[in-house]
Amino acid sequence: MENTLNLTLKVWRQNGPKEKGRFETYKLENISTDSSFLEMMDILNEQLVGENKEPVAFDHDCREGICGMCSLYINGRPHGPDDDVTTCQLHMRKFKDGETVTVEPWRAAAFPIIKDLIVDRGAFDKIIAAGGYVSVSTGGVPDANAIPISKVDADEAMDSASCIGCGACVAACKNSSAMLFVSAKVSQLALLPQGRVEAKRRAKAMVSKMDELGFGGCTNTGACEVECPKSISITNIARLNRQYLASRLSE
Amino acid sequence: MSKLDARIPEGPLAQKWTNYKNHQKLVNPANKRKLDVIVVGTGLAGGAAAASLGEMGFNVKNFTIQDSPRRAHSIAAQGGINAAKNYPNDGDSVYRLFYDTIKGGDYRAREANVHRLAEVSNSIIDQCVAQGVPFAREYGGLLDNRSFGGAQVSRTFYAKGQTGQQLLLGAYQALMRQVNAGTVTMHTRTELVEIVIVDGKARGIIARDLVTGKLERHFGHAVVLATGGYGNTFFLSTNAMGSNGSAAIKAFHKGAMFANPCYAQIHPTCIPVHGEFQSKLTLMSESLRNDGRIWVPKKKEDAEAIRAGKKKPTDLSEDERDYYLERRYPAFGNLVPRDVASRAAKERCDAGFGVGTGLAVYLDFKSSIDRLGKNVIEARYGNLFQMYEKIVDENPYETPMMIYPAIHYTMGGIWVDYELQTTIPGLFAAGEANFSDHGANRLGASALMQGLADGYFVLPYTIQNYLADDIRTPRMTTEEPEFVEAEKSVKARFEKLLSIKGERSVDSLHKELGLVMWDFVGMARNKKGLEHAIERIAEIKKEFWSNLRIPGSKEGMNIELEKASRLADFLEIGDLMARDALNRDESCGGHFREEYQTGEGEALRQDDKFAYVGCWEYKGENQDPALNKEELVYESVKMVQRNYK
Amino acid sequence: MSNFLTASIGRKFIMSISGLFLMMFICVHLGINLLLIFDDSGELFNLGANFMATNPLIKIMEPVLGLGFVVHIIWSFLISFQNYKARPVSYDKSNAGYSSAWASRNMLVLGGLVLVFLVIHIMNFYYVIKFDTHSMGTAEVGGAEMHDTYSLVAGLFKASVIYCLLYIVGGILLGFHLGHGFWSSFQTLGLSNKSWLKRLQCVGKVYAIVVAVGFSIIPLYFLIKF
Repeated sequence: MENTLNLTLKVWRQNGPKEKGRFETYKLENISTDSSFLEMMDILNEQLVGENKEPVAFDHDCREGICGMCSLYINGRPHGPDDDVTTCQLHMRKFKDGETVTVEPWRAAAFPIIKDLIVDRGAFDKIIAAGGYVSVSTGGVPDANAIPISKVDADEAMDSASCIGCGACVAACKNSSAMLFVSAKVSQLALLPQGRVEAKRRAKAMVSKMDELGFGGCTNTGACEVECPKSISITNIARLNRQYLASRLSE
Repeated sequence: MSKLDARIPEGPLAQKWTNYKNHQKLVNPANKRKLDVIVVGTGLAGGAAAASLGEMGFNVKNFTIQDSPRRAHSIAAQGGINAAKNYPNDGDSVYRLFYDTIKGGDYRAREANVHRLAEVSNSIIDQCVAQGVPFAREYGGLLDNRSFGGAQVSRTFYAKGQTGQQLLLGAYQALMRQVNAGTVTMHTRTELVEIVIVDGKARGIIARDLVTGKLERHFGHAVVLATGGYGNTFFLSTNAMGSNGSAAIKAFHKGAMFANPCYAQIHPTCIPVHGEFQSKLTLMSESLRNDGRIWVPKKKEDAEAIRAGKKKPTDLSEDERDYYLERRYPAFGNLVPRDVASRAAKERCDAGFGVGTGLAVYLDFKSSIDRLGKNVIEARYGNLFQMYEKIVDENPYETPMMIYPAIHYTMGGIWVDYELQTTIPGLFAAGEANFSDHGANRLGASALMQGLADGYFVLPYTIQNYLADDIRTPRMTTEEPEFVEAEKSVKARFEKLLSIKGERSVDSLHKELGLVMWDFVGMARNKKGLEHAIERIAEIKKEFWSNLRIPGSKEGMNIELEKASRLADFLEIGDLMARDALNRDESCGGHFREEYQTGEGEALRQDDKFAYVGCWEYKGENQDPALNKEELVYESVKMVQRNYK
Repeated sequence: MSNFLTASIGRKFIMSISGLFLMMFICVHLGINLLLIFDDSGELFNLGANFMATNPLIKIMEPVLGLGFVVHIIWSFLISFQNYKARPVSYDKSNAGYSSAWASRNMLVLGGLVLVFLVIHIMNFYYVIKFDTHSMGTAEVGGAEMHDTYSLVAGLFKASVIYCLLYIVGGILLGFHLGHGFWSSFQTLGLSNKSWLKRLQCVGKVYAIVVAVGFSIIPLYFLIKF
């Protein structure tokens, strides 16, 4: 079943945060269609090291679609031309022989480039730190079964909670908005009785932080939902809007 | 042997932890603020520990090599977390969880630690639910449980196939709450490169900022290593690409002992290797074995025909299939512990019955789909099936999955006493990084339990007991000679790596090491192979230090330099693993020596000779490490041969 | 409430409320306009126009409507500017069409075009009716004398094919704008969930088509019939 491809790669290279970047073009031969996109990038890097050139820096870690570390805007789409996957799960069988593949970093004011294809997504941590938690400390909590939670709510909370924080929503959004990310966390915690106690406060704090960090606003294009590797629904955004408005109007 | 005092509290087994907590020393709130604790790692153990210590009022400095604490590899754990809640009323108890863990670990774990683990397991579930972890629930609104390998009760709590993710995010959120409160300072994309010892105590670390390449000095009254396992020594493993054993090696070099390095767990259900370009192996949760049946063709001709693509698995009738786990282990069937399932798969493939590339067996859901319906299977494993299809390009609802064992978890690690303190005072190790509570083999859904137990409920107590004596120690400046010296040695090491200017890339050498490890220090080991492995590793090490090529400089981000520094440490770990495996003339859990097996091919322990923790002590560069032993005393449990039949 | 009007969701709230208000106005406007094609004598339409011109409630609402337009337009620019700043460097190769509809990404462009149309529209009719009434004829309907608005409108369409086409294009542009705007305004107010999202999108599409077809059919009617 194995086939091979010859590809032309057009990759964004940038030495540092403040330096000017540019596209570099590389030729790759005999790439197996069974290899993943990042394995193809590994092969490129081996080739570059062989030529005593600096390899392309890109974020990656678990390579099974759960850590959210990998990014890359491939041929015009975050995480490339496949649905419901992260870049590390994207396989070369999705490309054609002789194709030119354009690889760019996430583009957003809130995600400055560190090097080549690596961006700084620390803004997401700051948003979570602003309120994306239940304010309980270790110990002294009730028994796990003390509060029954409807399966429907628990399942919906789980769907929202499956966000991996990769930032594809921001990359896909024409406004670089982080609303899907924020709403997923706000929704998860608002759906559970443990988190509902401080739901309004949380929504307000997280949105204020998001605005402060330079993300754009949501204009409901729905691109985030389509490009989200975990298919997080934009109905979460509606819930966030509801929580936020309720919070502000009750001030 | 005073070095290896496990400091197990007095009293009967079930009272030890209570006694400890009743008599340990405490630090008052005003003093906590004056004490700095360095926590390296932000996974379940590190994240939970940093958050809890921050909540208590200590001044915590937390380090991670990733861009965010949420990326730690705990996130990839799929199946679940054990606890002795006995919600399903199927006869579970703290003692049973303790007993199953000891037995699963093939009687090579410390009784007191494991009992404590079982005791705190229930609190973990309570804690996580309070944090908003969306565990699976039943229609009545209460928590759902499922069964897992090595247990006859349903004690595993889960959140779809993403339990590790949800538990980690719970800890991460608790951690970020402390970052917001100012009790925890987070250092992302920062790697520990040296531990600083002052007057015999761990007092800080040298860290490298992976973005700028600059070295930083950090002081701490105590240092916690929660840096995970060293499975990536094998290059191909289910670990994340960045997972590494460097912190353990730094501790080892400073005098901490490396315990049981040979205990590495091979996970039976991974997607098989398919090409030499492969960078990692993907795990399919063990929970799949609840509903999937493992088989290979009964006849060799069929296996050959399938490998040649002339037959499809679905062409074979029930009579032509060998459900070898159900055949060999009728009591546990497909739910035997991981080491047993892995070896059985290897045995069938070695005998010529493998499918795919020859190194794969089938995991078949057809009978479950027929029995429960596709919807139920999809609800349970939908995300795993999707993941499989994306990688292999085959639909597991229609054709059986192919699986093969892969390196997954390392039970060995830094030796710690009951308080999780290493042989270096003030240096603690938690989670997978320590040699842990799993003995020679870890049961499914126990790693999450141990990581969180260490982080939430053990370290916050035991570290206080240590720090109580330190309340008069003022914060040190990092201009102390020990810090300056440590930084100098690190700088020299990086310069040395960059000055080799050879021909070989880091990955090519790492792959070479990985092959040696898999072939000779993998699922089945023997004396000759291990001796050969030690020689080969020495050769690769030599090649590494003489023919390595790292483009770029030590300034700024240099991914090849990062990898090279970690590979240098993996080479040492590989050597330790082989030595330990060679020393351990027995088979137990994840360590299988071909010379020591029963007539039926089961692991044969030598309790009279090897009921000890093998602790390796660093003796200097190019010197053989020395073996120390912590004898394992079993008071509550009788050692018997594990029997899953 | 201090920074509510400049917070991202606050801004969208303003857009949503003003948008919903304008959508209600459009319904009324379309209802009256459709009278144009059901009675070629113009009596029906003149009655409607006269009612709108003299009813005190409508008189009160008139400045509110104007404010609605102004707020909707100003905030649209504020939002677009903020969102533009959020991505200083754009992608070299983008395949945005895969994940979102063109209209949803180009509401400012669509809105801008609708605004151009609106200005022409106001000059054509509203300005004349309000400030230049002596240039209009009068008509007698049911004994009451009133301005002959029908002749003003019908006259323009009968006289100029270009204006007919312009009004058809205007109707269609408005339809596209509303096709996104309708469900989007509910989403922004948080009045959406898993089951309602699809329903609202569906209702929004129907509404947009009704508006687009409704407004376009009038010039089309005159274009074909006269």
